[in-house]
Amino acid sequence: MEEKSHKPPFRSHILVFLAPAFLIYTSFMVIPLFGTLQMSLYSQIDGVQKFVGLANFATLFGDERWAQSFWNALVNNTWFFVIHMLVQNPIGILLAALLSSNKLRMRAFYRTSIFIPTILSFVIVGFAWKLILSPLWGVAPSMLDAIGLKSLFAPWLGKEEYALTTLALISVWQFVGIPMMLIYAAMLSIPDEVLEAAECDGLSGNAQFWKIKLPLILPSIGIISILTFVGNFNAFDLIYSAQGALAGPNYSTDVLGTFMFRTFFGFQLQLGDPNMGSAIASAMFFIILCGVSIYLFGIQTRLRRYQF
Amino acid sequence: MKRNSLKLMLLASTIMGAATATHAADVTLTIESWRNDDLAIWQEKIIPAFEADNPGIKIKFTPSAPAEYNAVLNSKLEAGSAGDLITCRPFDTSLALYNNGHLASLADLEGMSNFSAVAKSAWITDDGSHPFCVPMASVIHGFIYNAEALEDAGVKVPTTEAEFFAALDAIKAKGNYIPMSMGTADQWEAATMGYNNIGPNYWKGEEGRNALIAGTQKLTDEGWVAPYRALAKWKDYLGDGFEAQSYPDSQNLFTLGRAAIYPAGSWEISGFNANASFKMGAFIPPVQNAGDECHISDHTDIAIGMNAKTENAAAAKTFLNWVASSEFAKIYANALPGFFPLSSAPVALEDPLAQEFISWRSKCKSTIRSTYQILSRGTPNLETETWNASAQVIKGAETPEAAGKRLQDGLASWYKPQQ
Repeated sequence: MEEKSHKPPFRSHILVFLAPAFLIYTSFMVIPLFGTLQMSLYSQIDGVQKFVGLANFATLFGDERWAQSFWNALVNNTWFFVIHMLVQNPIGILLAALLSSNKLRMRAFYRTSIFIPTILSFVIVGFAWKLILSPLWGVAPSMLDAIGLKSLFAPWLGKEEYALTTLALISVWQFVGIPMMLIYAAMLSIPDEVLEAAECDGLSGNAQFWKIKLPLILPSIGIISILTFVGNFNAFDLIYSAQGALAGPNYSTDVLGTFMFRTFFGFQLQLGDPNMGSAIASAMFFIILCGVSIYLFGIQTRLRRYQF
Repeated sequence: MKRNSLKLMLLASTIMGAATATHAADVTLTIESWRNDDLAIWQEKIIPAFEADNPGIKIKFTPSAPAEYNAVLNSKLEAGSAGDLITCRPFDTSLALYNNGHLASLADLEGMSNFSAVAKSAWITDDGSHPFCVPMASVIHGFIYNAEALEDAGVKVPTTEAEFFAALDAIKAKGNYIPMSMGTADQWEAATMGYNNIGPNYWKGEEGRNALIAGTQKLTDEGWVAPYRALAKWKDYLGDGFEAQSYPDSQNLFTLGRAAIYPAGSWEISGFNANASFKMGAFIPPVQNAGDECHISDHTDIAIGMNAKTENAAAAKTFLNWVASSEFAKIYANALPGFFPLSSAPVALEDPLAQEFISWRSKCKSTIRSTYQILSRGTPNLETETWNASAQVIKGAETPEAAGKRLQDGLASWYKPQQ
């Protein structure tokens, strides 16, 4: 009888366990994030930081040159993302489907070798591909020459119309292992009984993939899409290491990350403007926030989950 | 036992502490620099020479990559972890460091009297009262050629624009060498080794540059568009796939003996001497008509200043005075042929290629790169825009006139004298 009114004791050890993650996350993520948002509302006037409200954003979107650079970077970012969604994720799913097939031999070898580029540094990947595609010393022109297709070769990284797509495909090559692994894990978790039942009902091969496996891995695909979205709109490293901060040729590979870097830290004779840089960083944050919110509230809540 | 070992450890640590204290008499000065190519020269020649004369001061040279230097240095200065001595980029980048209190004024440094006003111009406040970096060196632009390639095509060293393109045509027709080694992937090559290399002959050096700053000339004037017109013709003489050719690619292409002419800055000399096995020569950027007065870009490029927050100001000043001395000028100029000392005392150079470059100072009028002083203070940044425009013009993606107009519009959007 007494126990009824007895409140469960406050479990202070929960706080102890939460503290490390909370402290680290707050000091390295939350505080800098709010610091950036705050900085974007200030401007350096006569050597003093002054509160200017949304003036930096007004310049960013209102001034013809700033706006042109911003929208150019955003469009490039979007294209970078589209390529990943259209190429990286379908290939990842395909590879996972192949890997989970029982007939495949040397599965571990394929799995590992496709995943290895993911753990390489961007600098190595950027440099290696720059060399591979180099019109002077690269293996790409000589390999194409060997099969008589030399005419197809172009200095892709130096051409305005191809450079961004080339970089996106390099990034796809590097990261195709991630969707592959996630989908592969999701496919392995599909119970054999379900598949056997499907086979009893006469569903096998392709039809089995589309009607049974795909609906069951949809939540994983959703997660991968949102990871791709966040990763791509934060893209910077590969473009910086392959094309430099100026994101040439003629800004055709400029993404929000490189645009922000140039503005924040300055470039060559251009002095850094941390306040405008923060404004761009904040705009990036809000774009990503919108994308993630649309996914979380619009899509994820509607995804159907199955439990076995 | 435990207590004893604790005592021993404490004792050991006090002894070690005392030992480090005796060494603390040695002051260590750290130099921030973007010249990572010069690391060996600093460690083997410059630092030992200084340390031999100045016992008690140790020097540490810690360069970072050129493209990242400004960003890295700014972050270090903000965080208070930058070195005692700071290698200075010319003009506004360093002026901003001084204005923000990161560089100390060197107005009272005795060594500053060894430099002319022109040499100091890149590292002084606008009113001329406070110099903040000791000038170290300038670089001169021109063209370096492979003597064997010119001989092979049967052409002599060109002096006029017509001869220049005739020579390129002859090398191209012969087909053994790529006529010119340059790429547009890094963009700055096109502007620095292209536009600002040949340009001074068209805009008449200092005369045009000062007129642009004063607002009496525009970037759409003939003197500023004509170099773009000349650059537009370069496309046919560059190697296959020059659009993706980077700066190191261009250097290698030339030193491997596959290209005939290299639009150069004199800083290439030591690297080329080490890597090229053929005979090299250099020629002045060709003038339009025979007998025209020639102008060269003799660009004040590098200086060294003192971190305003250094704890070793006295030692740092000793070092800066040494940098201003003719002893340093001699070591530096000969260790790094192609970086020409700015101090008023004449220095003899042993390297023939470097001697060729420096001899132009007496034949031609010197100027500095057009975009560096004042004109790159706003947004859009004229220097960065010039990189882009030069690369676009060489690729044929933009006409010389359109490039001139775009740059002029950009400059006029923030620079009052041009409005």
